[in-house]
This record gives sequence, C-alpha cells and structure tokens, in this order.
Amino acid sequence: MNDGLTPDVENKNTPKVPLKPLGKVLAVTSGKGGVGKTFVSANLAAALASRGHRVLVLDADLGLANLDVVLNLHPKVTLHDVFTGKAKLEDAILPAPGGFSVLLAGSGMVEYSRLTTEVRDEFLRIISSLVPRFDVVLMDTGAGISDVVLFAVSLASEVLMVATPEPTSLTDAYATIKVLVGQQQRQTVRLIVNQSTRSGSGQAITNQLQQVLDRFVATDPEHPIQLIHLGDIPVDPEVRQAIMRRQLMMQHTPDCPAGKAIAQLARTLERTVIPKPA
Amino acid sequence: MTRFPDTSLVNLHNLKLDDACALLQHDAKNIEQEAGESDAAYLQRLIDGLCELSLRDPLTGLNNRRHFRSVLERSIDIVARSGESVLLLLLDIDRFKSINDGHGHLAGDQVLREIASCLAHCLRPMDTVARYGGEEFAIILPNCRPAFGLAVAERIRKSVAALSIPVSPLLSLKVTISIGGAYAPEWVRSTTDLWIERADKQLYRAKSEGRDQVCLDQPRELSVSAEEKGLLFGHLLMDESGIQENVPRDATSDEQSNAPKRENA
Repeated sequence: MNDGLTPDVENKNTPKVPLKPLGKVLAVTSGKGGVGKTFVSANLAAALASRGHRVLVLDADLGLANLDVVLNLHPKVTLHDVFTGKAKLEDAILPAPGGFSVLLAGSGMVEYSRLTTEVRDEFLRIISSLVPRFDVVLMDTGAGISDVVLFAVSLASEVLMVATPEPTSLTDAYATIKVLVGQQQRQTVRLIVNQSTRSGSGQAITNQLQQVLDRFVATDPEHPIQLIHLGDIPVDPEVRQAIMRRQLMMQHTPDCPAGKAIAQLARTLERTVIPKPA
Repeated sequence: MTRFPDTSLVNLHNLKLDDACALLQHDAKNIEQEAGESDAAYLQRLIDGLCELSLRDPLTGLNNRRHFRSVLERSIDIVARSGESVLLLLLDIDRFKSINDGHGHLAGDQVLREIASCLAHCLRPMDTVARYGGEEFAIILPNCRPAFGLAVAERIRKSVAALSIPVSPLLSLKVTISIGGAYAPEWVRSTTDLWIERADKQLYRAKSEGRDQVCLDQPRELSVSAEEKGLLFGHLLMDESGIQENVPRDATSDEQSNAPKRENA
C-alpha cells in the first residue's frame, strides 16, 4: 500500500502508464515553490484570452494555489462544493479579470490532498467535462513531485515547467523532469524561465539542462527527451507591483517588459501547441 | 457571531467556576479576583489558565500530546506548501520500568522531570518538545535540514546520557534514551499518523539494535548526483557576468572576458 508519505515515483495512486493525456490541457508546474507558477498561469491565460481563446485556469494544487489571491477573487462556490455535491460544476466556473475563467479549488480541498481512487476519479470526471467547453485549460499545479502534482500533470498534453535561474530552482526542475520522464514517459517539456536577469539566459539554461538530461536521463537514443525553451520573463518591477496590488499585470500594464514577454509566450504557444481560435 | 449579546452582562456568581478554580489552584495559579480587575478580565485570566493547562503535561511541564498533535498537523501544512525540512523525533527512556520497579515511582517521576528539562534545554525556541506517553517524548524540529538531523538527535541522546539524576540523597541514576526520527516528505501532504508511524518504526529499530542510539528514516531525496549538479550550473558563470552588465557599460566587456578565466585559474 502506498503510505502517501514518500514522494514515490512508483506511486500506485498515480497511473504509471498515463491515461491518454487530454489535448488542450496544459500543466503549469515547477520543481520548487515560489517561482511564479500562479502568476504565469493567470497572466498567460489573460494573454491567450486577449487573442480570442476561451481559457480556463484550474487550481490543480487543490486549494494551495494562490490563484484567488493573485486575481483578488472571493469565490462563493469552489471545486470543493462540486466534490461534495453542494454545487454544480457550471456554478464553480467563475469569470476572472482578464477575460478568462477560473475554477478555484477552495480551502476544503486540502482534505482531498491524499489522492484516493475516489478523488482521482472525480477529478478526472470534472476535467473531462471541462475540456470541451474551452480552447485551452491551464492547470496551475503544485510544486514538486507529490502524488497530486504527478496525477494532475499526467492529465495534461503539455507540461510548462516554470523555473527561475537560481541553482535550487533549476535542480528541482531537473529532478522533476527526471520523474516525469521516468514515470510518465514524457518526451517533451517546455521551460519558462521566470525572473530572468539577462536576455538569452533562458536559452542557455535550457541548453544546459538538455545536456544533463541527455547524459543522465535520456540514455536510450530511441527515447530522446526534448526540453523546449518556451521563453523568458524578465525581472520587472511591474510584476511585484501587480502582485502587491492584487491586480492582473496583463490587464493593467501589458506593455511592461514582463507583460510583453508573456504576450510573446502566448504567441509561441499558439504557433506550437494551441490551435488558432476559429 | 456574538455569543454574549452586549446587553447581557455575565454574572460571575451564576457561572460554575469552582471546578475551574480548583484546577488552577492545584497548578499554583492565583484564582482570586484582584482588586480593580474587571469581571471580564478575571474570566479571561481563568480561561487563559485553563487553555494553558489543557496543553501542558502536569508532571514534566512540557507540552502534552494534544498540543503536540496540533503542531504536527500544522507542520504538515507548511511542508506541503514550502518544502521545508521538518524532523520528528520520538524518544523513549531505556529500561524505564526497572527504574520504577527498583527505586519506586517517585524516582521514576524525578527521572521524567529531569529528562524533560534536559530536552527543553537542548532545543531551539522554535522547536516543540512534548511528553508523548508514559516514558516517551516527542520533538518537532522545523527547518532542520536532513544533513543535520542525525547530529541534532545525537546531541540530545548524549545530553541525556550525561545526566546524573538524583533520586534520593544518596543515589543518582544514569539513564539512556533511544531515539527514532523521520522527516516529513517535502512537497507531499501526508498525515500525522503516517508520519508518527515512520518515526516509531525507527524508534523500534533503535531499541532492538541495542538501545541508547539514534535511528533516522532518511528522506528519499530526489536523486540528483553531484556530477549532475556540477553540469547543471555551468551556465551560472555566464549568468554572473550577465549580472555585471547592469554596472557601467565600459566595465562590461572586460568583466565578461575576464570572469570565466578567473574561475578557471
């Protein structure tokens, strides 16, 4: 039996062979907490929404994502209510500033943070019924490799890994990618370097990680791993301003350097993984 | 929600305070309403005293099991969100029954008190030490990196072993403890029961391997070898020179060309 204690890469609760990943579902994840996952999810969602996509951001950290804080939302109905049968899914999908929708987990979801079969099935059912309603679903997952994170990521067709250029963040990102490759047979991970201090450093970091992955993880030439540099978000005082004011940066200062970088991320995604809106 | 509407004044005489006062008095607390102390302030003082009593072990003065459980629950939340390393230690006095049998229960109580006070002195202010059961103690060490866990636990074990506990005018006892410990797994929301169970397994191991020793359940770290790390951070040299770009421009070209060389030298 899985005791839920060890970050077990062979965790029985997380499907070893992933369920068929759901198209249009992108997991925004990170090796280490506090690197800006939620900030990136919310602002990327706004950037995509402004380009005409119907976007949903889902708190897949089961109540520990700070989506409500970043967006200054005070939801009355959350995923928790859907889980407990108190509300319908439709009622828990809320409009967010920035023209996209959010589904917040609600603090009660922490109780479900041990991934039982029931929770997994319910979560899967909810995600499956969300997918047809949106062009893109961004899952703001927790950090690291807990069973909840691994399960959420296993549902996504694409993984967007957020990291900052610090050694701790990169080590944890690398370790997480290793687990994703080993457990979920991921072959492609997209890297977003947040708080980058120098233009071009994100590509250098990606190359560096790719080299180490090639040498230590993708030792089988039949199964290469491709780390794709999706883009950098530069250090920008506007980011802090927006977070402190609990405003969506893409709504208030979309032309600041970080805002332009996120808009660029959206365009890159559109070119590569997301179909253009009809 | 107001439980006591502003219009209703609580009359102290209608409240059955005798039991509460008896408990607090037993604990050497002043239970008399002081001159000038309002009814509300007096009542608050009694409540505070009761709250404190409910969280403390009367014999040793340490936190009791109830308080320990709530701190442990809180630690799990912190670990899940921050990935901080938190170590749980369970400590058991070796052959305690023979102390009780051979020297009487008062001697046993004295041993418990002395060890409790020793433990309390071994720890940092942010740590939580509790009496967990009869002769068993528990310690929660937040922000304790895996590399230091064993050293901390060994220091505690040795401090207790170095005690000479007077149990009668002519007799002092030497006692030893066994320690089992487990880290909360980083990023994973666990349960207190499972965490305690892992520490308990290690305590059992320490006992069965001869007592007076420490056994820790090492966290399964994400395996990133030193070699991998070395390769991962190759770019940091470039990044360092990148940061220099923000200082005056004319200095930059020099910095950039010099920085890597300096590292190589």
